[in-house]
Amino acid sequence: MAHASGPSSVPPGSPAPRRGRVLRTVIQVLGELLVTAGVVLLLFVAWQLWWTNVQANDRHEQVVQGLADTFDGGSRGGPARSQAEPEGLLSDSGPPPVTEAAGPQEPFGIMYVPRFGEDYMRPLISGVGPQVLDKLGLGHYPETAMPGAVGNFAIAGHRQTHGKVLDEIHTLVPGDKLYVQTAAGYYTYVFRNKQIVLPHRSDVLLPVPTRPGAESQERIMTMTSCNPRFGDEERIIAYSVFESWRPLAAGPPPAIESQVEAAGK
Amino acid sequence: MYGWMFRHLPGPLWMRIVLSVLLLAAAVVLLAQFVFPWLEQFTPLTDSTIGAAHIP
Repeated sequence: MAHASGPSSVPPGSPAPRRGRVLRTVIQVLGELLVTAGVVLLLFVAWQLWWTNVQANDRHEQVVQGLADTFDGGSRGGPARSQAEPEGLLSDSGPPPVTEAAGPQEPFGIMYVPRFGEDYMRPLISGVGPQVLDKLGLGHYPETAMPGAVGNFAIAGHRQTHGKVLDEIHTLVPGDKLYVQTAAGYYTYVFRNKQIVLPHRSDVLLPVPTRPGAESQERIMTMTSCNPRFGDEERIIAYSVFESWRPLAAGPPPAIESQVEAAGK
Repeated sequence: MYGWMFRHLPGPLWMRIVLSVLLLAAAVVLLAQFVFPWLEQFTPLTDSTIGAAHIP
């Protein structure tokens, strides 16, 4: 009797191990999927905070080099004539020339900011869409003035990711010089002050920033980026004021001579 | 799941290891090329413009 009870207990017992096996498999697959999701998220962080910078820096370098080549070509016609002119006429002679507005997503200038690093040079592109800011460089708000014009020359750049072109914006000290190179020449701006505002404050882009209706007499450069450094709850704004200009043929301002040389290489 | 996949890869052990590495690399490339750029629009790091030009 006791022997017969053995086999008779097997049929009710056999589905239980199978259920257990299925459950184990389900839990194991679920666990592996969750671990995979965690690894993918870590990969995403690495991709965004590191790899997008590598890619963007590479592209910016190419765009800067292309610009430097076109500027070189443009100024090559000039030197013979410019050498004949007295040095005094070459730099800061009268109101600066202003180039025509560039077409959408077109590069038109190079920005040099010694405060951001000895080798800081970034392309200036028309437009502030993700296509520009994520891929090409500093974006120029197309509805604002061009460099050197009376009014507000406003640009945007990433604080983090995609080259983090304005990561160091908070380190600017009043009096710091920022240099913009276009086909017309070199413009020197002097950093004046910064401001932290909410993202909807488009009045910082006005010809006289934050003063609607005011008549603009100064040549302002406004840079916008996200704030805090790893967030976008606010915007950090840096205002600079035009100081001087010199034609391309006069050569770069001494402070950025080595960078300009490096840009062409 | 991964154990099952590894067991069902063809070839000897070294080939299965090579194939696993290749599959892994392909997954990473797919993620970086297509998935992450799309996913990025939902992260708050990338918005540096202001006002009317606001880009989500």
